[in-house]
Amino acid sequence: MARLELKNVTRRFGDFVAVDDVSLTIESGEFFTLLGPSGCGKTTILRMIAGFDLPDAGQILLDGQDLVDIPAEKRPIHTVFQSYALFPHLTVADNVAFPLKMAHRSREEIRSMMQEALERVRLAGKADAYPHELSGGEKQRVALARGLVNRPRLLLLDESLAALDAKLREEMQVELINLQRDVGITFVFVTHAQVEALALSHRIAVMNLGRVEQVDEPSRLYGFPRNRFVADFIGNINMIAAQVVESVHGHLRLTAAGLGEIVAPTLNGVTSGDKGVYAIRPEQVRIGMHGELTELKNHFEGTVHSLLYQGDVSVYRVRLANGATIEALLPNSAPGRAELFEAGDAVKVGWRHDAGMFLR
Amino acid sequence: MLKQIAIRLGRQKTTTKSLVVRSAGHRLTERRGPWLWAAGLAAYAFLYLPLTIVVAYSFNDSRLNAEWVGFTLHWYRVLLEDEDMLVAAGNSLFIATVASLAATVLGTMAGIAMHRYKLKVLTFMVLAPVAMPEILLGVSLLLFFIQVLNLTLGLLSIVLAHITFSIGFVAVIVQARLAAMDESLFEAARDLGASPWQTFRHVTFPLILPAVIAGGLMAFTLSIDDFVITFFTAGVGVQTLPLRIYSMIKIAVTPEVNAVSTLLMLLTLSLTVIASRFAPDVLKGKS
Repeated sequence: MARLELKNVTRRFGDFVAVDDVSLTIESGEFFTLLGPSGCGKTTILRMIAGFDLPDAGQILLDGQDLVDIPAEKRPIHTVFQSYALFPHLTVADNVAFPLKMAHRSREEIRSMMQEALERVRLAGKADAYPHELSGGEKQRVALARGLVNRPRLLLLDESLAALDAKLREEMQVELINLQRDVGITFVFVTHAQVEALALSHRIAVMNLGRVEQVDEPSRLYGFPRNRFVADFIGNINMIAAQVVESVHGHLRLTAAGLGEIVAPTLNGVTSGDKGVYAIRPEQVRIGMHGELTELKNHFEGTVHSLLYQGDVSVYRVRLANGATIEALLPNSAPGRAELFEAGDAVKVGWRHDAGMFLR
Repeated sequence: MLKQIAIRLGRQKTTTKSLVVRSAGHRLTERRGPWLWAAGLAAYAFLYLPLTIVVAYSFNDSRLNAEWVGFTLHWYRVLLEDEDMLVAAGNSLFIATVASLAATVLGTMAGIAMHRYKLKVLTFMVLAPVAMPEILLGVSLLLFFIQVLNLTLGLLSIVLAHITFSIGFVAVIVQARLAAMDESLFEAARDLGASPWQTFRHVTFPLILPAVIAGGLMAFTLSIDDFVITFFTAGVGVQTLPLRIYSMIKIAVTPEVNAVSTLLMLLTLSLTVIASRFAPDVLKGKS
């Protein structure tokens, strides 16, 4: 169990600032995710924690101890690589035993710890197989067993699920959550896949251009993104250019292009005249026939412009009478009916007044 | 020819794949005409007929390489009783063994360095002796040994010369193998607690071993049949097998030359075949 602190960590490659003054605290036993598009600096941070790279400025502390002078092989931190990096010339058992052998543990200890690790990932039967004889999911589990077997204080996972197909990835997510809970080791996961991050993490740091945009629990990150980048990167969201008219009674009065005047929950530090976007998640938008949805504070007339049928849900694009286009996500819950509305239908869209938000 | 084989071994990973794809495409789209077969046969005949004749006449029961008289093992018996020839063969084996072992160690180190530091100048320096005309290398080594090192030419100078031209071949093969490998394997080893030495011993070396063996065998075959460089660096006292054969032809080509050539060919060929077995994609299926 270990607490990891990054204090004002900066890493430059020539003129390019890969990691720009990042400070983070990852709590003991936490499943923490660094999420962001490629080039946002998340992998550089991971490599600095592992010891493959050093910060140009700032500190990385593990339980208060500065890691700067400790080489990668001496850090109690192990990594599960994106490519798994299983040693092709060693059997599954020898791969898992590798960190134990390097640490010069006794023969009996190596055998029992290796057995335990293999059983934990349900691969005891594959001990004598070579990596090339394993499926993608099995390789993934061997890599996990190898990373955990010598009880590191921290386990780093670098895009570890990216190489699996969708179905397997979902299974592995569940397995990973259970595994982390069982072993109680702090996990730091790096990914660009927001769905994975939301499903797995206790907390997520959303990164962009070398900086941390927001650190929060998954549901807060999704529900209360701090800015446009976070809102857009996590899930889908409708964004309409807007300007603050005034801030009254804990509400913001906005003028949004194509929507007219609209009310949104207040945001700290916003004053009248500020420009930004009015944002609303597609699943918050409801569609009704003409004359419906009048109980909602925000409701607008429009026409269904297009729809994307996706099986479980359908995504409707509704062009409003005053010019804006709103995306709405509706579950296809009615049996036997594929689509509720068709292109060209005159409809009404609406949402609760507290569903939308103003973002800078 | 051996140089080309060595370089091809190093590149095998990419070339075999593209060759397979291309030939599969051919089979689908066009049929080879008889003229193509004829041209192919002619090319192979040109390559292998002289060798076949050398081998065949080593069993010929005649002093002359002119007409076939009958089968005999006489010339191999003569060979075994030829004191000078045996000494030359012993020298060649000794030189090839020592030179290939040393070149394997140094070439492996060079290959790893080329891979790790990715410096163009380093690669150039290791490979220059491979590309250099042998005669140039021979002359320069001769001058270097005599004028700079003040060395008496003999076994030592030949061994040093052979090491010099073999290092590059081993290095290329080792480097190609490393280049084909996932870099994260070595990072993973460190990450999991292996010191640089443990990483080399438990991960890097086992993974490049096939290339090291292939490189060593290649160096051995290059050394044992080298003539030009040996000629310049041998001095007067020492004879190797190729030098001995050359001096024999100057007098007359007896079938004893054919016999020794046949044996040499057999040795070189089998080592090349073994080397190609160990060539870089031997473990391809396992990665």
